[in-house]
Amino acid sequence: MNRTKPISGELLKLKNRIEGYAVEYGLDFFPQVFEVCDYDTINILAAQGGFPNRYPHWKFGMDYDQLSKGYTYGLQKIYEMVINTDPCYAYLLQVNNWVDQKIVMAHVYGHNDFFKNNAWFSNTNRKMMDVMANHGTKIRRYQEKYGHDLVENFIDKVLSLENLLDINELFETPEVKRRRTEIISQDVKERSDGEYLNDDRSQALKAFMRSKERAGKKETTQKKNLDEVEAPKEFAQLYSKRDIMGFLIQSAPLEEWQSDIIGILREEAYYFLPQRITKIMNEGWASYWHSRVMTERALDASEIVEFADKHAGVMYMSKQQINPYKVGIELMRDIEYRWNRGMFGKEYNECSDMNEKLHWDKKLNQGRQKIFEVRKSHNDISFIDEYLTPEFCERQKLFTYKFNPRNNRFEIDTKDFLAIKQKLLSQLTNFGQPLIEVADSNFQNRKELLLQHVHYGVDLDANFAQETLKNLFYLWRRPVNLATKYEDKEVVFQFDGKEFKVI
Amino acid sequence: MDHPIKRDHARFRKIIKGRIRDNLRKYVSEANQIVPKGSDKFTVPMPSIDIPRFKFGDKSQGGTGQGDGQSGDPVDGKQDPNGQPGQGEAGEGEGKKELEVDLSLDELAKILGEELELPNIEPKGKKSLQSVVDRYTNIGTSGPDSLRHLRRTYKQALKRQIAMDTYDPLDPKVVPIRRDFRYKSSDSKVEMQNAAVVIYMMDVSGSMGDEQKEIVRTESFWINLWLKSQYKDIEIRYIIHDATAKEVDETTFFRTRESGGTLISSAFNLCKEIIENDYNPNEWNIYPFHFSDGDNWSADDTKMCLELLDNFLLPVSNSFCYGQVESRYGSGQFYKDLVAKYGQDSEKVILSKIKNKDGILDSIKEFLGKGK
Repeated sequence: MNRTKPISGELLKLKNRIEGYAVEYGLDFFPQVFEVCDYDTINILAAQGGFPNRYPHWKFGMDYDQLSKGYTYGLQKIYEMVINTDPCYAYLLQVNNWVDQKIVMAHVYGHNDFFKNNAWFSNTNRKMMDVMANHGTKIRRYQEKYGHDLVENFIDKVLSLENLLDINELFETPEVKRRRTEIISQDVKERSDGEYLNDDRSQALKAFMRSKERAGKKETTQKKNLDEVEAPKEFAQLYSKRDIMGFLIQSAPLEEWQSDIIGILREEAYYFLPQRITKIMNEGWASYWHSRVMTERALDASEIVEFADKHAGVMYMSKQQINPYKVGIELMRDIEYRWNRGMFGKEYNECSDMNEKLHWDKKLNQGRQKIFEVRKSHNDISFIDEYLTPEFCERQKLFTYKFNPRNNRFEIDTKDFLAIKQKLLSQLTNFGQPLIEVADSNFQNRKELLLQHVHYGVDLDANFAQETLKNLFYLWRRPVNLATKYEDKEVVFQFDGKEFKVI
Repeated sequence: MDHPIKRDHARFRKIIKGRIRDNLRKYVSEANQIVPKGSDKFTVPMPSIDIPRFKFGDKSQGGTGQGDGQSGDPVDGKQDPNGQPGQGEAGEGEGKKELEVDLSLDELAKILGEELELPNIEPKGKKSLQSVVDRYTNIGTSGPDSLRHLRRTYKQALKRQIAMDTYDPLDPKVVPIRRDFRYKSSDSKVEMQNAAVVIYMMDVSGSMGDEQKEIVRTESFWINLWLKSQYKDIEIRYIIHDATAKEVDETTFFRTRESGGTLISSAFNLCKEIIENDYNPNEWNIYPFHFSDGDNWSADDTKMCLELLDNFLLPVSNSFCYGQVESRYGSGQFYKDLVAKYGQDSEKVILSKIKNKDGILDSIKEFLGKGK
């Protein structure tokens, strides 16, 4: 059953109109496909990260459950889903009213342009729709072969490590990735001693593996000897030490289907990574453009109030959390304004007359050009680092807050520019996830695994760390250790399969 | 075919039901955990079952926000609705991720039944209660669009077109018009059912404190849940008593605090009256429950109670259940008297002592475990 259908009639006309404006403004995007669907379908899509086909797993069911409830109770509504593919697919909710559809379309063209041009997206697979569907088929097949519960349980364990990624790997070219997969598939093959040919994999794949076997025979025998002596060094060459899933594929005692599943989950995690490190920019960029397109071109005079209402709703920012839409759009506008007036560079920065600074105008008009450059080369961290200014913080009334144990509540800490910037940056560092590295795969010379948490001021949640170590143990099958700092003390958490210890 | 996510959803539901089952004791002993929503739905709160990851502790993190205010002003103007006041957990930056799970009465009762290994009840008597059920078995010419019967509509359109000679077999287009539309419509049917009535009696004399009442309340919630899952239509009556007894509604039953002496026979008498007036024992499955702290005014009254039980209540009811809630003032004498008369394992008189909230689950099992 087709749950989505291509737009037609008035919506199609609208699409062409908006696309015309986008081109006029100089946006550069993949071919855009809009489809409409009902709320149930959009909840499904949202639960599945925007994709119509994913591997089977209960977490999608959970997200779907929560989204459906949110919609039923009127707490939240998803207007649109857009995914980073070529052509770029976007789903509109059928019951959106006319103004909503206009905003959403204009917004989507902003995202599309960003997906296509931002450097961090340069190596993402744009055929991910097919890849995801294939992953689903593969995992379903494993489930049939090895049992649903076993496979789902294994996926649970691996998803525990899904956030331990190395953003530098985003710049790996497909060629590097291919080389690596080759080396590993040889490795795995060595380990499984030829039994791999008895399964039901496709003829093409078997032939491919056989040819690799012939070609790599000499190399692998040598490598095998090396493996026994210096396994830890080997992984450093293949995967970054922050790429925990990659490390496990290569070094953990896994069966072939298991390493295949880790590979699948790893690939999907890396696919979503660019979106996680450009949330502020991406939403800011898209919001900037929907606002421009709407107010300067697409809006009918009678729709202005409704647009303002909807736009304000999207931009609302609470005291407890920054809203990426709001910070993003305001920063983009600020950059445009500053570069239009030449409010940057040595001369401006060294000017000490506040009045002169306030009315600074060199009539450069480089704003538009500048924000296009910004959207090309930055991610959220460099974006904030480079363009957040004291004036901006003051104007936007930003502050930092912290927990006050005496009153048992969170309180405003400071409105100091550097503190705010520091806080924002540390929240964004490593896409807001703890930085964890493989430190030793033969810890204490007992084949134990040692991970190092690079501590920059914030402790890990001990309960979660414990549960995660349990899952890691399941994959590593030997005791696993995590070195970190907890309540100002250097500690090593260990899980040895039975109990959780602090060394 | 349904979207594959429905299978993921079913998996998810299965997992959380397993969680509820594992933690059933906690849910049962902590009151107000499970909130009824409408007549046959319940909301069950549970900690997030998200996959564990290395993540930052919430407290030390803090964050950034936007708005007016000076250093030291709270950023969480009101208490976090998810946080339990007094637990020191209130007000996280993002709000705590908690799941709220909706379960139907049948699902919840099934969990209870599986966990306690409760047998299904074998109703006595014949199916005698008439209840009217609406079933969509008929076809009507009007109705809401959501009930439109497409096949019948097109059949009708085809008939009309053939009759009007506008149907061309070579170009078989059938276009229904307003008049052709057919809708599913309901037929009312009378079904016969087993009827059941639960009569709760509670001692509200001075010695029964709030905690004791809370225990009774929780216990009756679960007992109702189980019986409702076993009988489609069930009536519930409430009696409170100290030295005299009166029938009350549910709210009063759990709220009232009386004082004074205790004459249990007064409740039994009223119970007898209710049964005689409204419920023919040949047609109804009757479940009298009595909760008290075991104090009775006099041995004479206890004797009267036992007579009432023997002569009337026991013959007419499926089983008579007595739950004794431990209290500081209660002597627990009534329990001893009942044991002396009927023994610990009587089929007709089911006795249970409820020490505290943690004892509720076991007590439920004692009451319902016999399948009566």
